[in-house]
Amino acid sequence: MIYREAGQFKTSYATDQMMFPILQDRIFMILVIAVAYLIPLIANEYWLQAVLIPFLILSLAAIGLNLLTGYAGQLSLGTGGFMAVGGYMTYKITTAFPDLNVLIAVLLAGLLAALVGLVFGIPSLRIKGFYLAVATLAAQFFILWLFNKVGWFVNYSPSGTITAPPRTLLGIMVTGPEATAPVRYLVVLTFLAFFALAAKNLVRGRIGRSWMAIRDMDIAAEIIGIRPFQTKLLAFAISSFYCGVAGGLYVFFYLGSAETEAFDIALSFSVLFMIIIGGLGSILGSILGAAFITMVPIFLTNAPPLIGLSMPIDLQKHIEVMLFGSLIVFFLIVEPRGLARLWQIAKEKFRLWPFPH
Amino acid sequence: MEILNAFFVAPFVDMGSDYIFFAEVVIAGVLTGVMYSLVALGFVLIFKASGVFNFSQGVMVLFAALTLVGLMEHGAPVWLALIGTVLVMIALAFAVEWVMLRRLVNQEEIVLFMSTIGLSFVLQGLGEMVWGSNVKALDIGIPSEPFEVGGILLNEFDLFAAASGAVLVGVLAVFFHYTRIGRALRAVADDHQAALSVGIPLRTIWIIVWSVAGMVGLVAGIMWGAKSGVQFSLSLIALKALPVLILGGFTSVPGAIVGGLIIGVGEKIAEIYWGPLFGGAIENWFAYVLALVFLLFRPQGLFGEKIIERV
Repeated sequence: MIYREAGQFKTSYATDQMMFPILQDRIFMILVIAVAYLIPLIANEYWLQAVLIPFLILSLAAIGLNLLTGYAGQLSLGTGGFMAVGGYMTYKITTAFPDLNVLIAVLLAGLLAALVGLVFGIPSLRIKGFYLAVATLAAQFFILWLFNKVGWFVNYSPSGTITAPPRTLLGIMVTGPEATAPVRYLVVLTFLAFFALAAKNLVRGRIGRSWMAIRDMDIAAEIIGIRPFQTKLLAFAISSFYCGVAGGLYVFFYLGSAETEAFDIALSFSVLFMIIIGGLGSILGSILGAAFITMVPIFLTNAPPLIGLSMPIDLQKHIEVMLFGSLIVFFLIVEPRGLARLWQIAKEKFRLWPFPH
Repeated sequence: MEILNAFFVAPFVDMGSDYIFFAEVVIAGVLTGVMYSLVALGFVLIFKASGVFNFSQGVMVLFAALTLVGLMEHGAPVWLALIGTVLVMIALAFAVEWVMLRRLVNQEEIVLFMSTIGLSFVLQGLGEMVWGSNVKALDIGIPSEPFEVGGILLNEFDLFAAASGAVLVGVLAVFFHYTRIGRALRAVADDHQAALSVGIPLRTIWIIVWSVAGMVGLVAGIMWGAKSGVQFSLSLIALKALPVLILGGFTSVPGAIVGGLIIGVGEKIAEIYWGPLFGGAIENWFAYVLALVFLLFRPQGLFGEKIIERV
């Protein structure tokens, strides 16, 4: 009834090419962002710290990987490594230049991650598919090994741990142990909102289209004049930039202090899960997938006590792992194109409702 | 010059001056390589027959070993426990085909790949729920006396492992080449549609292939388990088998074996002779970098089929 584009005429090219061409979508987006900014008023410390902050940060990483895998079609398992570059480099930059704004440090670290991504993207010209996926694992293992071995990256701290130093922004403490969860939440949310819109904008333009052409058939894309090497490398660089920024936020605004274990292969896999459950080639899907993957384990942990079921902790742990695995398989069987596809179907239904024919 | 010397001369001088130690390093590498090959073999079998990149192979190794140990802990003699485990792995193959593969026919490769990661979560939870998650010793009566040949220290257990690996590969080769089912498997691996059109039942083939991969996993599980105990980390050897796969090619059985040996030996030599230059523990990534460099020259792996692309 309400979701209908009837009567919305497009009278200029600008309106025709808008990011959200339907008025209801624009209102909905503004509402979602507004609600997201108001959440700290009602959510408690636990929800912000344990659920929402990691969800937002991992959404950002998922968008990054989705640009590379979903749009440009280059399967990567090195997300954890690129995030580690972001985290460790943010640490190095903030400790080397204490007066620098921490947000700029995060962005600079993202740029460094993009450089690293460029280097590990070079093989993509010759290697494709699963061969490339395994090759990107080299990035994952090598980067973590490097951060473990070379003391310079952790300022020669004997424990090998990096700790976010306290920093202020506009006079408010944003990182370090004194920063409150609502403040960190707002910073992370701003990052996500900005970069999600940037990504949405990127993929509908020339760059995004050339990525999709490469994904769908690289030889054909080459013939119509898209340079595969540059395009693939650009995808690696931008994707790694997103992952690097997410990694910096992960250490500074979520964990507070981290070792290389925080960025191990399990993280790479869970980000990959996010984009597959959420939907390959969809910005919204990355966010939905991140919500699914971060919240389902929390739900599974808390659900049995809520319905009055008590069982030994290790048994519960095993059942959780099994349920998580089965849910993933279930979702892949039911909707291999992900949650974003379900959302799209729902929108179609709404558009026709109540007269589906 | 110092650095060049340390990287390119000194290690080789070391190798030459203490050749007995060098031989021991190589042998240790070969034996680890056999283990990698066994895991990689499971991957290759499934990839060839169904195009599924089966990430759960590592967990299948763990699951098989856990089942074997669990049955033996409940008082079953070794032979009975072995038969029981084989039956469990076959049942698993049926379950996978019924619940997963059948419903995911014609999906993209990456979806199939992710579903096997989901499967690995399920198997890991199931195995540890049924049999417990503590480290278990696996002893099926393989002798493990060390002895010397020409000054080189060897272990009976390692020889046994290498020999059984070789026997397994031999049996598989015969099975693939001279039996009816083996021919059907090769036909499916070659071309799904053509195989279907001459009346080869694809689903049966999948079940057989997953069962065989389960048994290969069992052998790998016994070897690794007897060496370092049956525990969760067993499933991580799958990560070590991946560079073996890209080195040998996803679709080649001999590739898996040769690749495993190259990675096993290369990794050990690199760790011992070049490792100190990097500060040690380079085993984790060396195999990947080796495989990566290799791929730049031969994108389809050592024995993989040449990729021909058409528009």
